[in-house]
Amino acid sequence: MDQELLRVSGLTRYYGSRVGCRDVSFSLWPGEVLAIVGESGSGKSTLLSLLSGRLAPTAGDVSYRDRDGRWLSLPNLSEADRRRLQRTDLGVVHQNPRDGLRMRVSAGGNIGERLMALGHRHYGRLRGTGLDWMERVELDPQRIDDHPSAFSGGMQQRLQIARNLVTEPRLVFMDEPTSGLDVSVQARLLDLLRHLVASLGLAVVLVTHDLAVARILAHRMMVMRGGEVVETGLADQVLDDPCHPYTQLLVSSILQA
Amino acid sequence: MTAETMQGYNYAYLDEQTKAMIRRAILKAVAIPGHQVPFGSREMPLPYGWGTGGIQITASIIGPLDVLKVIDQGSDDTTNAVSIRSFFARTAGVKTTTATEEATVIQTRHRIPEAPLTDGQIIVYQVPIPEPLRFMEPSESETRTMHALEEYGVMHVKLYEDIAEHGRIAKSYDYPVRVQSRYVMAPSPIPKFDNPKMHDSPALQLFGAGREKRIYAIPPHTRVESLDFEDHPFEIQKWDEACAICGARDSFLDEILTDDRGGRMFVCSDSDHCARRVREDC
Repeated sequence: MDQELLRVSGLTRYYGSRVGCRDVSFSLWPGEVLAIVGESGSGKSTLLSLLSGRLAPTAGDVSYRDRDGRWLSLPNLSEADRRRLQRTDLGVVHQNPRDGLRMRVSAGGNIGERLMALGHRHYGRLRGTGLDWMERVELDPQRIDDHPSAFSGGMQQRLQIARNLVTEPRLVFMDEPTSGLDVSVQARLLDLLRHLVASLGLAVVLVTHDLAVARILAHRMMVMRGGEVVETGLADQVLDDPCHPYTQLLVSSILQA
Repeated sequence: MTAETMQGYNYAYLDEQTKAMIRRAILKAVAIPGHQVPFGSREMPLPYGWGTGGIQITASIIGPLDVLKVIDQGSDDTTNAVSIRSFFARTAGVKTTTATEEATVIQTRHRIPEAPLTDGQIIVYQVPIPEPLRFMEPSESETRTMHALEEYGVMHVKLYEDIAEHGRIAKSYDYPVRVQSRYVMAPSPIPKFDNPKMHDSPALQLFGAGREKRIYAIPPHTRVESLDFEDHPFEIQKWDEACAICGARDSFLDEILTDDRGGRMFVCSDSDHCARRVREDC
């Protein structure tokens, strides 16, 4: 019953002779939040692109178990199947909401897009779903016809989350979802994310350089450096009792409040 | 050929190799209804936007026995229509006409004639922007992938935006269609009033975009459906008025201002259709 959702083995990506990430293996279970931490340039974003099927690996495999229990190897899937999976079961929340939103389309259109791509053809119901999701991500439903450009950064990020969650994906990839937001907005967004993840039973792979974000959201952590995983473990364990010297350095460099 | 045919040019202006290349593109387009086929569009002796795509298709398919009709916004006597008609009269020596049922080839900008097209006729559309996904997706490689994988959700996002903003689907021309339940296609800037005429038409429909270098086609008797929502079905324009000249109530009407004090009249946009009704009534 409680089988893994994602199996990653020996995942490697080279950019020419430069290492993007090397020999990453792990499993992810339904409802689990895994944080990938490390300084910039450590291969976090490369790994996330590989995991979400947006980048082809040089070696290794990412397998996803679909709703029917079949294992699908993302790199070996046809482009059509991979893109279908990306619109239904998977979600990607980009660091910059402009990468994940259609800026010239209203909030409601943004939320409804994935449903329309799946063949929903009833305006009234699409509208209803849009209003419902506006509320669930704590956006004012009255602003459903506003364009994202009229939204603040925090609101755009909420909208991006709603746009991804509308098809009830099972696995969401988040790339620094809270960076670039001011501290109070960050806190509210983290609160919202924690609530959504728990209530929907989402599995999340979260990339962040902010250890505080990882501590609040993640069950498990993976520390990366120079394209390789140097330490993995339960989030609290890694943060409270780091083993690898690099992790110790990362943890000790957090400013104490 | 008539005596007035111009000397020093190849028949129908384009050289034979170019015409063969365009005919190959047309054949491919007919074989894959609604799919945009790239072709090596040539410089023509008129500017882009004046019908260079349509004129190259017409030049490639027209034979000495063909009878050509050219319309612009439904009318046979506007500048664009008159120029293109005389262009082919001079370069190909073909007979021209304004009567829809006499024509074997009809080149058109912005309209499909009111008189039903028949078996054996070819209608050539001038197309400014052939890519229906363009306004949502600026990348050409991405739109090609979307066509290949039948990812057409964004077309409905556009219609959704229309309803959200205007309370109805406000798009009134170049209204997107799905051809044979496969490709989504831009029907060129014809009014959506004409969309139903494309469905199951006995005529061959060819579309040429000169600047964008694309040809596409709808073979005779092909299913053509206009996109819509279940609760906002596709509708064509309706008028409260009848044509002020012929009294028609079922044709596409143009609104014409007659003075600067608010005077206006509605007349048929299809001048041949209107003139025929006047002739037959009197």
